[in-house]
Amino acid sequence: MINKLLELLGKKTLALLREMGAVIIFCGQTFRWTFSRPFYLKNLLKQMEQIGVNSVPVVLTTAISTGMVLALQSYTGFKRFGAQSLIGAVVSLSMTRELGPVLTGLMVAGRAGASMAAELGTMRVTEQIDALYTMATNPMKYLVVPRFLASTIMMFFLSGLGMYIGILGGYFVGVKVLGTNPVTYMNQSINNTEVEDIWYGLVKSLVFGAVIGLIGCYKGFNTEGGAEGVGKATTGAVVVSCMLILILDYFLSALLW
Amino acid sequence: MSEPMIEITNLHKSFGALTVLRGVNLTVEKGESMTVIGGSGSGKSVLIKHIIGLLFPDKGQVKVAGQVLNDLDDHQLNELRKKFGMLFQMAALFDSLTVWENVGFGLKQHTKMSDKEIRAVATEKLALVGLKNVEDKMPVDLSGGMKKRVGLARAIAMDAEIILYDEPTTGLDPITADSINDLIVDLKKKLGVTSVAITHDMHSAYKISDRIAMLYKGEIQEIGTPDQIRGTTNPIVKQFITGSAVGPITAD
Ligand SMILES: Nc1ncnc2c1ncn2[C@@H]1O[C@H](COP(=O)(O)OP(=O)(O)OP(=O)(O)O)[C@@H](O)[C@H]1O
Ligand SMILES: [Mg+2]
Repeated sequence: MINKLLELLGKKTLALLREMGAVIIFCGQTFRWTFSRPFYLKNLLKQMEQIGVNSVPVVLTTAISTGMVLALQSYTGFKRFGAQSLIGAVVSLSMTRELGPVLTGLMVAGRAGASMAAELGTMRVTEQIDALYTMATNPMKYLVVPRFLASTIMMFFLSGLGMYIGILGGYFVGVKVLGTNPVTYMNQSINNTEVEDIWYGLVKSLVFGAVIGLIGCYKGFNTEGGAEGVGKATTGAVVVSCMLILILDYFLSALLW
Repeated sequence: MSEPMIEITNLHKSFGALTVLRGVNLTVEKGESMTVIGGSGSGKSVLIKHIIGLLFPDKGQVKVAGQVLNDLDDHQLNELRKKFGMLFQMAALFDSLTVWENVGFGLKQHTKMSDKEIRAVATEKLALVGLKNVEDKMPVDLSGGMKKRVGLARAIAMDAEIILYDEPTTGLDPITADSINDLIVDLKKKLGVTSVAITHDMHSAYKISDRIAMLYKGEIQEIGTPDQIRGTTNPIVKQFITGSAVGPITAD
């Protein structure tokens, strides 16, 4: 019984370590191919549209609702000790340093990371990736690099947008709904948010974007076994990149501040 | 005699516990049309994927145009692959690209031709496989046989020296199939293409091949000209080419 359990544990650990190693190698190859010719600019632009532009609606919705809820909740809490005037600061600090990047990351992982894994997974199981090799075109460069770059770059902008919209949402609730003095609200926001806070959030976003692109592509690229495999790859991409975003979020927060 | 174009020596390949190839030897001369026949799942597709470096041997070696595939780096392998055209069993068309972009993919990547010129080449190659007015369609909108022919047009678009055909006529009506056979013969005669084809269609095999090799249980059972194969005394080969359910080969 104990033997069986340990054996199982060992096998799982080995599989996990092997996969981690494979992901690291994949990252290394992606970086290597990112800086070598030829560059597929058209693919990059297309991916920037697919990952970036098409994610705008979900990011907007998430950000505005978060900003509004944040204002509402902190108002309720802060009123108890007469600090309602601080909600502007709470909203803008949380949106820039934490919620903008993390929530945008999670939404983009769910949308773009999943579709990357599904698309590359389908290309793998229908031998389109093999076909690229036979036509002397490196699929790492042709498929993976543009997706990796696009998700890194677009996460930067999406998360910036998320921060801005979240703060607007907070302002709307704080000032128009809860009746905080607009000047106080703005002053609190501006005085307590440094430019570094915004940069700090944007740096996080870049890392999250890279994670989404790499994991989405890794899972898709290594898909095995038909439609079921594609489904597994897609789920795997979302789960792993969300977990990584949350874990890295803590370490980046500890490291950057 | 000049050096063979493709030389496969003692090729072994397994996937986990499944051993597919156990010591395949096969030599294809320059300008020769070789056809590999064998039962479903016998490893024919696995075998030709070794020729173009999509799979690598567990043991043994594959030599193409004098180069051992295992010894090449990424760049050299890429250069070697430019000599090849390949038709995949399931066509493997890029489903995000139109038909003409699929056919012209290699030209787009490796030549400086304009889109207009590439499109013209694509139209010409599509006509060779009997397709008209499909240039702007997406692969999902094509029938199975049409996909196969687009895949074939893509394989021949670059005027490759070596073409690998994985079941070029499967899924086509007999008349189209025969015109594909003629096309393959033409490419060989006019351009001196070296080819390896896989087929289940014996009519096609006799027509397009200089030599036919039968793969069974992970090894080449017999190899010979169409006439030698027709007159074979090997019971396994005989059963296969006559398509009989009784004999040494059992459907397991
Ligand atoms: N990448 C792979 N991973 C694991 N197993 C594989 C892989 N490719 C092929 N196989 C297995 O190898 C065996 C031979 O496959 P192959 O595709 O070469 O058959 P085939 O001779 O081409 O058959 P068919 O005529 O049906 O196309 C099959 O059992 C298949 O499941
Ligand atoms: Mg096959």
